[in-house]
Amino acid sequence: MTQTKTAPALDLLDERLRRGEGLKPALGAIADRIRSGDLGALPIVVGLVVIWTVFQILNPVFLSSANLVNLLMESVSVGVIALGIVCVLLVGQIDLSVGSVSGLSAALTAVTFVGSGWPVWLSILAAIVAGALIGWVYAQMVTRLGVPSFVATLAGLLGFLGLQLWLLGSKGAINLPFDSGLVHFAQLDFVPAWLSYVLVAAAAAGIFLTGYSLARARRAAGLSGRSTPLLLARSVAVLLGLGFAVWYLNQARGVGWLFVAFVGLVLVLNYVLTRTAWGRAVFAIGGSVEAARRAGINVKRMYTSVFMLCSSLAALGGLIAAARLAAANQASGAGDVNLNAIAAAVIGGTSLFGGRGSAFSALLGILVIQSISSGLTLLDLDSSFRFMVTGLVLALAVALDSVARRSRAAHGRA
Amino acid sequence: MQTDTAVLSLRGISKNFGAVAALTDVDLDVSAGQVVAIVGDNGAGKSTLVKVLAGVHRADTGTITFADQVAAIDSPAAAHSLGIATVFQDLALCENLNVVENLFLGREIRRSRLDEVAMETRSWELLRQLSAKIPTVRIPVASLSGGQRQTVAIARSLLGEPKIIILDEPTAALGVEQTAEVLNLIERLRERGLGVIMISHNMEDVRAVADRIVVLRLGRNNGVFDAAEVSTEDLVAAITGATDNVATRRVRERENR
Repeated sequence: MTQTKTAPALDLLDERLRRGEGLKPALGAIADRIRSGDLGALPIVVGLVVIWTVFQILNPVFLSSANLVNLLMESVSVGVIALGIVCVLLVGQIDLSVGSVSGLSAALTAVTFVGSGWPVWLSILAAIVAGALIGWVYAQMVTRLGVPSFVATLAGLLGFLGLQLWLLGSKGAINLPFDSGLVHFAQLDFVPAWLSYVLVAAAAAGIFLTGYSLARARRAAGLSGRSTPLLLARSVAVLLGLGFAVWYLNQARGVGWLFVAFVGLVLVLNYVLTRTAWGRAVFAIGGSVEAARRAGINVKRMYTSVFMLCSSLAALGGLIAAARLAAANQASGAGDVNLNAIAAAVIGGTSLFGGRGSAFSALLGILVIQSISSGLTLLDLDSSFRFMVTGLVLALAVALDSVARRSRAAHGRA
Repeated sequence: MQTDTAVLSLRGISKNFGAVAALTDVDLDVSAGQVVAIVGDNGAGKSTLVKVLAGVHRADTGTITFADQVAAIDSPAAAHSLGIATVFQDLALCENLNVVENLFLGREIRRSRLDEVAMETRSWELLRQLSAKIPTVRIPVASLSGGQRQTVAIARSLLGEPKIIILDEPTAALGVEQTAEVLNLIERLRERGLGVIMISHNMEDVRAVADRIVVLRLGRNNGVFDAAEVSTEDLVAAITGATDNVATRRVRERENR
């Protein structure tokens, strides 16, 4: 309570509250939260440190700038798909067909762009609209026919894989021209070093300014606000952390525009989920469908929009994968894409039980998955090991989710 | 009990479910600033009556008059726009959302984005008016006690500025202190000039807070009592429909002791 000069803020009047304002109580609150099972991003940060340490010891190339640049670029396509999975999981549903939809989107882009000579923007648009349509069909099956999303999307997984193979025809693969903007963007466009530092500074300043204006608005309304030193400390930490990361990446090719676009997408989704009525409704439905319905939320329309968003993002992810590879083939979106996307969302901290999670879990989760994949590739281990290790990490993440959920229930946190 | 003109009047309400007559010819009057308790045994039609008022079920016959006008309550939204708010027994709160988020769920204050500051100040205002004992509004509802949850649910129904508020078993499953808290809250609703309809099984709670007690039995009116004068024995007799049975004998024995 060192910051307050006058009467205590409106929301800190209750004598049972154990926290005041300022830096120290804020840290104490975080410790309290973790102890009660509200783990936030902690397990994933610990997990990343462990994974990186192990692989660095096994192969010193792992933490080199060049490898990390690659790692980030490779994580974008599945990361975008995982963003959609986060939304579907938040409303307590699942989409198992994102891999097939991404493969279909890759094939569709290649066929229309290379085969039929459409302009690239039209091909991209067509693929994403097709994705949205698929999501709409799922939503109708779930809301009107009462089919569990698990089954509806499992049917889609097979069906759209078939459609992808049929589109690609007997050749089985279509190469995208290297000189097209799409491939160039996905493979060769990097942020100039000076601009990357400007972006980092802008991010830190943005974090401080939004935090400061919120704190000021709260104090003006008689509520407690975060203290300015705390906000400053936070944005300096971001500045130093991100600044170091970007500097390290700039030792090699730097930060790809593709990855910047992915981070931008994460930020947009985070804003939508936390600052709009739509996002609030997503969390409400994940918490209790009945309560959401009685609060006047149109649950069917919400399911429809969420499934459409998920499939559209899956289509976008498939497009990016095709652009990275400069080809669409029968293996596009096949194999582990599906489970990696779901695993990324869950490992990143989005609950399988609905109503808990954030857009950032896709970003953090995919970094873990991609680190494992990259590390094992560097060790010359084939996909058999990759599957086993990723499976183990997924099992650990889900177990942690369940245990933390029980602990939260015991400590009276949702 | 400032006024005798009823805000809400029901006349001859009947509702059948197939061959079962859940409500037959039921009358009910609620005035502003009055707490009306509806009591009755299981299957007496209390819940059906509430659902008719909340717009969940439609009455087969009978008229509902709200503020001197005949009203058709054919959907929950219609009940809401008339100014009838219902707090169901299960409260319908989202456990993963915090108090502010729950209060404003489905009717968030927003300009271009959600205005969290305005919502939080309004929440505090509302909770202060109800003298609610909730330490902070930024914790998930999962961590609140039963009485606090009931308070949040009631506060939420007040946001729509209703004239009538219906509480379905507000004290069921609550401890002694929490029950007292909720009863205080009901008295504060009355002071605000709201008409309160309260469904309860608990005779003590009903007599502690209600102005009038309406007894339903097998879907029909079985007496209206002034809460200040009626004895528990008379109430139980009206509920069970007999002056001499196992329930009334227990009451008599206890009161004679």
